[in-house]
Amino acid sequence: MRKPENDREKIACRTAQFFEDGNIVNLGIGMPTQCLDFLPDGIDVWADTENGAIGLAGPPQEGDEFPVDIVDAGGNPSLLRVGGCCFDSFTSFGYIRGGHVDITVLGAYEVDGEGSLANWMIPGKAAAGMGGAMDLVCGSKITIVMSTHTDKKGNPKIVEKTDMPLTGYKVVNYIVTELAVIQITEEGPVLLEIAEDTTVEEVVAKTGAKLIIPEKVGTITF
Amino acid sequence: MAKQKVVSIEEAMKHCFDGMTIMLPGFVNCGVPQTLIKGLVGAGIKDLNVISNNTSVKGQGIGLLVHDDLIKHITCSHIGSNVETCEKAVNGEINITFVPQGSLCEKVRAGGAGIGGILTPTGVHTPMQDGKQLLEWDNEEGKYKFVEPDEPQKGARFILELPLHADVCFVHAYKADKMGNVVYHRTARNFNQIFATAADFVIVEAENIVEVGELDPDEIMTPGALVDLVVEAEKEVE
Repeated sequence: MRKPENDREKIACRTAQFFEDGNIVNLGIGMPTQCLDFLPDGIDVWADTENGAIGLAGPPQEGDEFPVDIVDAGGNPSLLRVGGCCFDSFTSFGYIRGGHVDITVLGAYEVDGEGSLANWMIPGKAAAGMGGAMDLVCGSKITIVMSTHTDKKGNPKIVEKTDMPLTGYKVVNYIVTELAVIQITEEGPVLLEIAEDTTVEEVVAKTGAKLIIPEKVGTITF
Repeated sequence: MAKQKVVSIEEAMKHCFDGMTIMLPGFVNCGVPQTLIKGLVGAGIKDLNVISNNTSVKGQGIGLLVHDDLIKHITCSHIGSNVETCEKAVNGEINITFVPQGSLCEKVRAGGAGIGGILTPTGVHTPMQDGKQLLEWDNEEGKYKFVEPDEPQKGARFILELPLHADVCFVHAYKADKMGNVVYHRTARNFNQIFATAADFVIVEAENIVEVGELDPDEIMTPGALVDLVVEAEKEVE
């Protein structure tokens, strides 16, 4: 595994450390798919795509046969690995909602201390739709949000209680940012780890939700 | 002798009409009944109530219907793959009802399977519950009860989603025999299989039309009993 070189890659790399060998994982379009570039040694996962396949293997490279009729959740052509399978949307969402996907990773506009997630609609703006996100966060065994810690203006993306239209209510288990790893628990959000180049104080200052700080906070390592 | 269902595209379009509710499968631009949709545009059918997952991409598939303003209302889960639909949404020029993708499947299944509605946890406490009935499991009484959105949640809560049904459904098949038995290919199957169950009239376009008996009974994914007509799909130009 190569070392992550920037914040986005660091977030993807740390998120991939949650994967266990053989997991079925659904990775949202964009940054979450980068997790596959940073699978820990000895860990192999099966990428689920909600449009009806398990075992996607990324876009075709030069020399690959074009994968006719195989697309990822963004509609882009994707290879299917040996052992992969295809099925219809009904079956796909049946097992998604039924708890058969181990881990879902997706982005956030806002996520709050109770684990409620807003990532599909900004009030006052036309929305593109939620696609399969609401079903995924509802049904997956573990839901991980990967996100920058603050938005472009520096406002916290992890808030005490979001008032944005929700994607899911109390559905998030972990939040991974360039600064911290946070676990959502019944008691509240627990600061599990911080990045090497930050402090607990900086993370607390940049977090809108009141964090529970354990006696020993770990360091994110790659 | 089994009924032969293979017809021309023009013949198939005689079963379509202005204002009809039509199910159009496909995921982005994969498994979309492109030939039939072109036929629909050519036949000048308008004021459509579309049920689909998304609106393909600009200028193709359902995107043709969006471009020509032939859609009166669309029920779907996502429009992000088609910039033209997004522009029309921003300008209020297209009437959209969003449904979570999994709920869309279940609503259509209910419509096709004679089920009066389904209970799903998807969308509870989101805008998806607005205007819908909510049920919560009461563990003490051992039964469901209706609840209001702002009541504190005490047990597992579900949205009652109602069935969806259509006048016509178009289907894109990899192979179909002349009785309408269908085989799909890879992820082009997506919504085709479930949508084909929930319309009064089902028209299949097939990349390959084969003789009755050529398909292995176990490989058939949509039984011909659900299919009314079969047309030949145009060959895709890469």
